Amino acid sequence: MRSPAAGIGKCGLFLSCLLISVMHVNAQTDADAIMMTKNNFCVGGMYSYSSWKNYWEGTMKRNNLNLGTVSTRMAGVMGNYGISSKLNVLFGIPYVETKASAGTLHGQKGVQDLSLWLKYMPYEKQVGSGTLSLYGIGGISFPVTSYVADYQPLAIGMRSTNLTLRAMADYQVGSFFATVSGSYVIRSNIKIDRDAYYTTEMHNTNKVEMPDLAQWNLRVGYRTDRMIAEALLGQGYTLGGFDITRNNMPFPSNKMNMTSAGIGLKYNIKAVDGLSVIGGGSYTLAGRNVGQATAFNGGIFYILAFKGHKKTTTNTPEKK
Amino acid sequence: MKKLVLLGIVIAAMAVSIPFACSKKVDGRTDDLAPLAPAKTDADAGTWKTVLLTGPTEFPVAAPIATGTPEYIAQVNEIKAWQANLTSAEKDIIKYWSAGAVLRWNEILRELVAKHNLPPYQNADNTYPAPNASNPLAYPLFPFANPPYAARAYGYVSAATYDALVAAYYYKKLYNRAAPYNVDATVNVLIPKSDLPSYPSEDAVVEGASVEMLKLLFPGDQDYVQQKAEEHKRARILAGANVRSDIEAGEALGKAVAQKFVTRARGDRAGAAIGNQAQWTKMETDCIARGEKAWKSLDIPARPPMLPLYGVVKAFLFDSLTAISLRPGPPPLTGSGKMQQETDEALYNTTHDTREHYRIVHFWADGVNTFTPPGHWDAIAAEDFITKNFSEVRWARNMALLNMAEMDAAIVCWDTKYFYFNPRPTQNNPAIKTLTGIPNFPSYISGHSTFSGAAATVLSYIIPENAAKYNAMASEASLSRVYAGIHYTSDCTAGLQVGANVGNYAVNRGKADGAGN
Repeated sequence: MRSPAAGIGKCGLFLSCLLISVMHVNAQTDADAIMMTKNNFCVGGMYSYSSWKNYWEGTMKRNNLNLGTVSTRMAGVMGNYGISSKLNVLFGIPYVETKASAGTLHGQKGVQDLSLWLKYMPYEKQVGSGTLSLYGIGGISFPVTSYVADYQPLAIGMRSTNLTLRAMADYQVGSFFATVSGSYVIRSNIKIDRDAYYTTEMHNTNKVEMPDLAQWNLRVGYRTDRMIAEALLGQGYTLGGFDITRNNMPFPSNKMNMTSAGIGLKYNIKAVDGLSVIGGGSYTLAGRNVGQATAFNGGIFYILAFKGHKKTTTNTPEKK
Repeated sequence: MKKLVLLGIVIAAMAVSIPFACSKKVDGRTDDLAPLAPAKTDADAGTWKTVLLTGPTEFPVAAPIATGTPEYIAQVNEIKAWQANLTSAEKDIIKYWSAGAVLRWNEILRELVAKHNLPPYQNADNTYPAPNASNPLAYPLFPFANPPYAARAYGYVSAATYDALVAAYYYKKLYNRAAPYNVDATVNVLIPKSDLPSYPSEDAVVEGASVEMLKLLFPGDQDYVQQKAEEHKRARILAGANVRSDIEAGEALGKAVAQKFVTRARGDRAGAAIGNQAQWTKMETDCIARGEKAWKSLDIPARPPMLPLYGVVKAFLFDSLTAISLRPGPPPLTGSGKMQQETDEALYNTTHDTREHYRIVHFWADGVNTFTPPGHWDAIAAEDFITKNFSEVRWARNMALLNMAEMDAAIVCWDTKYFYFNPRPTQNNPAIKTLTGIPNFPSYISGHSTFSGAAATVLSYIIPENAAKYNAMASEASLSRVYAGIHYTSDCTAGLQVGANVGNYAVNRGKADGAGN
């Protein structure tokens, strides 16, 4: 029952954190078609705020007067380095704070999961009137602090080590583009502080089986070297898991599904070469065992060019 | 260079894949146990002191058919026929049930408690519906197995099982019919052999008593309970441990003994423990009349107090006057400097919420959708009993001592809570945000502390070499409520002491029941 990750970055954004990161709003993340050129390192910070009042208890939508509005604030550092213009390595690490506006439960805060990604573009060709590029992306994320997972919906994360495998295709005609990606997320089991828990049956153990995730993401919009404006649609599914029972608290291995839509904007500041700002928002259209979150985000990024390379990304695929 | 990068990617991918490579299936700590092989048979347990039965012969068991008769031989042949082609599923149930009948039925009970430990959702008019025992499958499901309900369930199932086994062991010795594998050496025996006479079957006694009690306590879960019961009985025949007549006699005895406990339960006043608006209001006004600040529900919308009349439920270990005499003196006055200091301490603890505090708070929280603190202590006890290789009757006796103490601890604790009607720390200072949910009943005395003090006292008697461990666990369980900000230190100190006082009644019973240790 976490908000969708409104992840962003001129450089990467991750947010494997917020539960199911369906939405990667904005440029140059592990889910977009933006590559850093060789020896350029883009680094920056971003902030997001996400909140929900209604959530789905199984498939039934409800509110909870003992939680009020559950909000999540995230501040993260992200980076993206171009090993070559076809191979980028990305990282991200967020600090997360949660709070419930009503009831008595204590909010949580802390550094969450470190994400590391390799993004590879093996194919980029003129096809028809546009440019088609294909990507293979692999990522791993894991908790870097001992935060509590078994305290949903206020826990800052799930604690599983996730291995994400993603295939992505991008097609750009003039300044208009569409990117589609599909992901499979293998999640490790987690350990919780309790030594027994009930799902749909009793488990006399502190280990929790975490079902894998599947996700897809579509982004369409306008993209030039100066700016990107895009609309996003994504879905995430938990491949297994169980529904929150009536008036129960959520649990890390719930079946958390969601459909989210959003927008993303990025602008490269003219006055300072390599400086860019990003912003965006998303909304959960439908879900199961998750909050109906509205999220906003913003960030600022700067490209450090090593070995005298020009500060640039390949926002616009080169014409071949 | 490119090749090196690709090689690097492949190696990195393999490295990160390894933690994911194996199966995700999570095993429980008691999924894969060795079969129970009792260190001693306790063949004389028919003389042990019963709880409710006037004696072991109150429910007579007919003499068994002799082992040489055609009917007995037919029953042995039934075993052989079933064993001729055992499926892997059948081998699994033999293994599961051979770990111990009392253990497995205690686990089933814990599971039912956890499933049913969910507070009902409010009505549209902000009142709350109450579960209805005669319509258990309608929402809210019956029962709401909260800690006092659970404590009573563990108490009754354990006590009924114990009395039924004492009677069974009496008839085992009286009739002395050997186990089928000791009668016919060609019977394949898939569990450890025993010299204990097999009529009536101790497993079927436990099953029969448990099923009968669970009809009362969890009337909406009969499909699951009956499926487990059938599986259990079949496992014993498949294993070559019992012939059908052992099972039938044992089940009938278990049910008959449990009926006596069911009758007691129907009259033990628990059914009226929920109270009514007039009674809830009276508790509040009585408290205010004493000049004290009265407890209020911190649930939104405000929820009626949990089982406020549970304090007058009929205890197992002492009479009602004794129960009242076990009520401790009052907490600090709500207007006192001491209460202010303890409230400030709760605020301090919740604003200094270390990771270690969360570990302790959540390990012991045993809140919504869990088997409750008495269930947690049953789990702790069971995992230690497993290492002791107790006979079934000793398992039952030890579980009965523990769970009668837990039920009676709940009675004294609930009596105290509603007698003083003391507010939670967060009611005194709403800035106190708690590390786990605030239970919906008054603060003084801490239920967790009372349950834990009682359990540690009883378990320290049963397994003296673990006394230091049990006392340390009880202290940690008690302290967890202070760290969580849901109790004052004085609630917990008094709770541990009251729990120990209740536990001592079970210890004294144990010392006099003829079982020894």
